[in-house]
Amino acid sequence: MSLPVRFLKATELDTRMLGMLAALAAIWIGFHIASGGLFLTPRNLWNLSVQSASVAVMSTGMVLVIVTRNIDLSVGSLLGFIGMIMGVIQAEILPAWLGFGSPAIWIIALAAGAAVGALVGALQGYMIAFLGVPSFIVTLGGLLVWRGAAWWVTSGRTVAPMDATFRLMGGGPDGAIGAFWSWIVGFVACAALAVMLIQARRQRRKFDFPLRPFWAECFLAAIGCVLILGAVAVANSYPWPAGIVRRYAEASGITVPEGGLFISHGIAIPVLIAIGVGVVVTFLAKRTRFGRYVFAIGGNPEAALLAGINTRWIVMKVFVLMGILTAIAAAISTARLNAATNAQGTLDELLVIAAAVIGGTSLGGGVGTVVGAMIGAVLMQSLATGMILLGVDTPLQNIVVGVVLVVAVWLDTLYRKRIR
Amino acid sequence: MENRTPLVEMRNISIAFGGIRAVDNVSVDLNGGEVVALVGHNGAGKSTLIKILSGAYRRDSGSILINGQEAQIGNPRDAKKYGIETIYQTLALADNIDAAANLFLGRELRTTWGTLDDVAMESEARKVMGRLNPRFQRFKEPVSKLSGGQRQTVAIARAIYFNARILIMDEPTAALGPQESAQVAELVLQLKADGIGIFLISHDIHDVFDLADRVVVMKNGQVVGTVSTSVVTEDDVLGMIIVGKCPPGAVPGPGALQLANSVKAG
Repeated sequence: MSLPVRFLKATELDTRMLGMLAALAAIWIGFHIASGGLFLTPRNLWNLSVQSASVAVMSTGMVLVIVTRNIDLSVGSLLGFIGMIMGVIQAEILPAWLGFGSPAIWIIALAAGAAVGALVGALQGYMIAFLGVPSFIVTLGGLLVWRGAAWWVTSGRTVAPMDATFRLMGGGPDGAIGAFWSWIVGFVACAALAVMLIQARRQRRKFDFPLRPFWAECFLAAIGCVLILGAVAVANSYPWPAGIVRRYAEASGITVPEGGLFISHGIAIPVLIAIGVGVVVTFLAKRTRFGRYVFAIGGNPEAALLAGINTRWIVMKVFVLMGILTAIAAAISTARLNAATNAQGTLDELLVIAAAVIGGTSLGGGVGTVVGAMIGAVLMQSLATGMILLGVDTPLQNIVVGVVLVVAVWLDTLYRKRIR
Repeated sequence: MENRTPLVEMRNISIAFGGIRAVDNVSVDLNGGEVVALVGHNGAGKSTLIKILSGAYRRDSGSILINGQEAQIGNPRDAKKYGIETIYQTLALADNIDAAANLFLGRELRTTWGTLDDVAMESEARKVMGRLNPRFQRFKEPVSKLSGGQRQTVAIARAIYFNARILIMDEPTAALGPQESAQVAELVLQLKADGIGIFLISHDIHDVFDLADRVVVMKNGQVVGTVSTSVVTEDDVLGMIIVGKCPPGAVPGPGALQLANSVKAG
């Protein structure tokens, strides 16, 4: 066995995932060179992470939808509809009752949005799972219906501004947790990684399964911690803009020293939300019966049925989950824009599906990972950001994204054929 | 022997799909420690009958008795509660997940936290698979990567792991080579000795005579007749399958060739 093969076998790393990360790295470095050093800056990477968050959140649910051999074309329109509802609730209805800036406003608005998302998901899921209407049709109808409904909420009027607390979900200098808490999050994540590796090793030993070599475990822990802490360091080295620092200093009575005050952004709240969603959905997919059944249905619906699984109910639950995740994405998106518009999320369904598919989700069903889809979302956003930095015209941007999508899936098909 | 309550009794079972009576007023029974073979042409209704017992189809009429008690079987989960396990002709495996996940599909082992206990499931899978196929080691791979015989072993392991009382085997050796088929035959005899009742569907008439105590012949959704393998020849059974003629010693069913009787009566 050659060295790389031995290395991959020992670490049990997924070669496909490594390939994706390599492609992402190549895109980043390529844009960095082509833009004369503008891409790999803390500022750009921080913005990239915030811009990816909304699509990344939805892509985690889309993986499960596609794994069950379904599709959801309605998420972009649904995002617009839920955004509108959350906007109206927090900007027009609740202030009259609770007073402007009441701390309950953002919670009620978010909960209402999640409830609407769950209800719409349940409705679409019911039609797909129990009435047997193909998901393509149901959600294509949804694409039209929810976009129209979004307009209907305010007859097309844009709703602004959002509640101050709600807005934190969209990022910006306030919507980030600062250097100190970012390091805390980083260290906690590293500790969690170590605990997971130790726990897995202990379990394997208990049942006498083959163990990874000890050096491989250490290597995985080390590389994981370097990546986590590196990301934190990047987020912390992006300072607040001078104007905001001055306002902050005036408000808290600090004199700004010579050469300015360095206040870190730290990790943005929408990014934390997206990572949290990713962890939760991965947990659902890998560690619960629900997730096991989702994959079994995708692999062989008849076998799942014969095994006594209530496959319809599982499919319906997947769509409910997709609806809730769309509501979270809508919160991030409206908070970031500080407004709810009826065009919000237009064409997002295509970005979400593309992210899932680039991330290794097979449209045939049964195959896909949440992490892959989230990396796919970052990859798509990297292309968009990079081309904007280079000043590429919008039509050409679309052409590039379209070509990349098709080529990525083609390469994936080749890869799967080879390993089979 | 005669008055013992059968383990399974299916009485007057009928099911129709869009006007076609796939199973038409069929009654069969099965005792513990007995192998009953269901034979007949493709489309005779064997697999459909068995899918009613395993809960995959809901019958239009008729009743199912387990140990003399009326059983409510509306879905596969119900059937499993009665200890009915099935090895389907198509194997019914989810190809994208591994052997242990398939083995426990629908009945996953869970930790105290309610999460999947994959390690415990793999450990159990290693035990039961080791009994059936000691050389099997590919526990980490999706079953789509396994050979036909290995996949069949997974399907069989799933049926026997949960202490079945009634085992339905639909063409269990169809995908197997001679050596593996012999292994399955040995397993059938072992399970039979353990007191498990087995319904065996097979196209291989030699298999049927090697393993089964009784044969139920079906034709066009009806039972032609039931015979004990000890009193008839393979040719007699072939005659039942092809023209529906009951040999002496057989208990004729509603699907038996009526002509012979009417000629005799006339």
